[in-house]
Amino acid sequence: MSQEVYTQLSMAVIEGDEELAVSLTKQALDEGLNPLEVVNQGLTPGMEVVGDKFSCGEFFLPHLVMAGKAMQSALILLEPALKAGGLSRETLGTVVLGTVAGDIHEIGKSLVGIMLTANGFVVHDLGVDVPVSKFVEKVRETGANLVGLSALLTTTMGVQRRVIEELIEAGLRNNVKVMVGGSPVSAQWAQEIGADGYAEDATGALALARRLVVAGPG
Amino acid sequence: MQPQLKLLDDALVERIISEGFDLLQDPGVKVYSDQGLTLLADAGVDVDFGLRVARIPQSLVEKALETAPSEFALYDGDGSIAVRYGGDHVQFDPGSSAVNILDGETGEHRQPITADYVRYAQLIEMLPAYDAISTAFVCSDVVEQVGDLYRLYLTLLYSKKPVVTGAFRVDTLHLMKDLLVADAGCMDRLAAKPRAVFDVCPSPPLVWSELTCQNLIDLAGYRIPAEVVSMPLAGSTAPVTLVGAVVQHTAECMSGVAVHQLAGPGAPIVWGGAPAITDMRFGSTPMGAIETSMIDAACAQVGKRLNMPTHAYLCASDSKLVDAQAGFESGMSALMGAMAGVNMISGAGMLDFLRAQSLEKLVIDAEIIAMVRRLLRGIRAHEPDLGSTLIRKVGHHGEFLSQKHTRTWFAQEQHIPSGVVDRGSLSGWRDAGSKTTLDRAHDQVRSLLAAYQPRSLPGEVRRTLYDIMERAARQFGMEHLPPLPAG
Repeated sequence: MSQEVYTQLSMAVIEGDEELAVSLTKQALDEGLNPLEVVNQGLTPGMEVVGDKFSCGEFFLPHLVMAGKAMQSALILLEPALKAGGLSRETLGTVVLGTVAGDIHEIGKSLVGIMLTANGFVVHDLGVDVPVSKFVEKVRETGANLVGLSALLTTTMGVQRRVIEELIEAGLRNNVKVMVGGSPVSAQWAQEIGADGYAEDATGALALARRLVVAGPG
Repeated sequence: MQPQLKLLDDALVERIISEGFDLLQDPGVKVYSDQGLTLLADAGVDVDFGLRVARIPQSLVEKALETAPSEFALYDGDGSIAVRYGGDHVQFDPGSSAVNILDGETGEHRQPITADYVRYAQLIEMLPAYDAISTAFVCSDVVEQVGDLYRLYLTLLYSKKPVVTGAFRVDTLHLMKDLLVADAGCMDRLAAKPRAVFDVCPSPPLVWSELTCQNLIDLAGYRIPAEVVSMPLAGSTAPVTLVGAVVQHTAECMSGVAVHQLAGPGAPIVWGGAPAITDMRFGSTPMGAIETSMIDAACAQVGKRLNMPTHAYLCASDSKLVDAQAGFESGMSALMGAMAGVNMISGAGMLDFLRAQSLEKLVIDAEIIAMVRRLLRGIRAHEPDLGSTLIRKVGHHGEFLSQKHTRTWFAQEQHIPSGVVDRGSLSGWRDAGSKTTLDRAHDQVRSLLAAYQPRSLPGEVRRTLYDIMERAARQFGMEHLPPLPAG
């Protein structure tokens, strides 16, 4: 019985059907199923299929984004139950993500968030025009091990450096890896401002994030 | 709305047609086929048998243009319609009759052999961009006398697609017909569902050789579609003015249609061509010149005005390599031909003034063709409104990527290219080996050939095809046919 719900939930994620994913999750909770199992046997396998199909060119960004949304909405429902049960889902890492202050470019940063979520990271997406202090607070609050800073303007690139400086000042820099992105940003810039890495696009960001978490803190 | 390119205004089209009619009466056409001249004389045409010149009256040409069908179809090996001549249908096939192949491994231009042809046929089978296959090159490992026949033989063994071909001799046309009959099952089925169209080329200006005229007459008799490929070379074998070349093309096509319809009223025939300008520095005939494409587009416009199915030679390049010149010449000319509504655009894969074929270029040209097809689908209105409801719903700070609307429509609104076209990031490109377009095309050739599934052809048909081919080869002193590649 539970297996059937999990299969349906996987399918809902693969289909990018947010409503169905939410209603199935509710049903699973009502039936008293283990919320961790709902994640590990329902949502995650579905998302893995989506990731595979995307890598081999069968799925495209809209599929990926909609699947990400379906999974995210289901996770929001499951989060209280997980907490109540003292359970936590297995993750590759926790990422604080945002477009820096003064910059309202969203889509590239959101894609990175979706790619990371789809591949087992817990992502706290702070949105756009995020003040420097907000990044620092969120890292402290969540114990994140990764920070992703997006800047699409030459005038806002400098804020990426300020976030890193503030992280140092707050004594958090040794706990987190910082990755930077955005069209004016380069690997050279990343090095110059003391970031840990740079990626050109969402797939590159995923590869980078994986590399950084394996390397560990420091 | 299918986007359209028209280079001639209506009045100019009428003047071209009028001068075409005039040319057929003065100086008339020179015809080296006795049967052709007799056919014309019997129809009341003023024929000078000594000079071999026929002065064809306008009324006869008009009647021929009327009996010639304005549309017909070609069928694939399963008997399904795969190509439609007529109207504004636009279809593509590789260029024909190259003497060289650009070897994808060595980068050398060399004479092709059987194994090359088999790879070519398998590749075209795997590329949906090509509506038809052409008998693209001549294999050097068979005697010259059966070169035309042998290409068709190999094509039928390895491909299911309709075939654009042609005969190099009067007698081999009949053998090629026999191959097609064997493939179709019987003559009646072949006539009802033709699988091949034969190119016949007048010699500019205004001459029909014995071979081409006889081919035209025989094709009409068999009711196998014929394609007049008139090739005025502006500045050398035709006037240098583009409009002058179009007039000559018009007259040559008209004369072909006239002879053909006398031989078989109602038999299918195409208003086609491979015109080019003459390069005044090298004396070469560039297929990639913009003026060449302009002549083709204008010729198609004239053909359409006369309700004729159309053909042109485009999507080819004069470069010796698969390089930037090959890309821009092929891309621009394919686009022009498509927007001119040419029914069959031959030429893909070709380099070096139609002398060489390249498998890698065929793969790249398939990308061009796919993009051109997308253009032809145009921009369509969407209901209930064009997008304002959605834009309003998403609002100022939203994004469209996560909208169901995007997922529903993206694959219809956008053509998604194969891996031959690079749209990734710089680092992604580096990680994949910093490959050029040609490198990626080469990879694609390999993977498509690896995925090729053999054509399921009944053993009896296969045997009959072999017998016809083998007998012809023996007749010209070949003891054995070259072995076919395994698999």
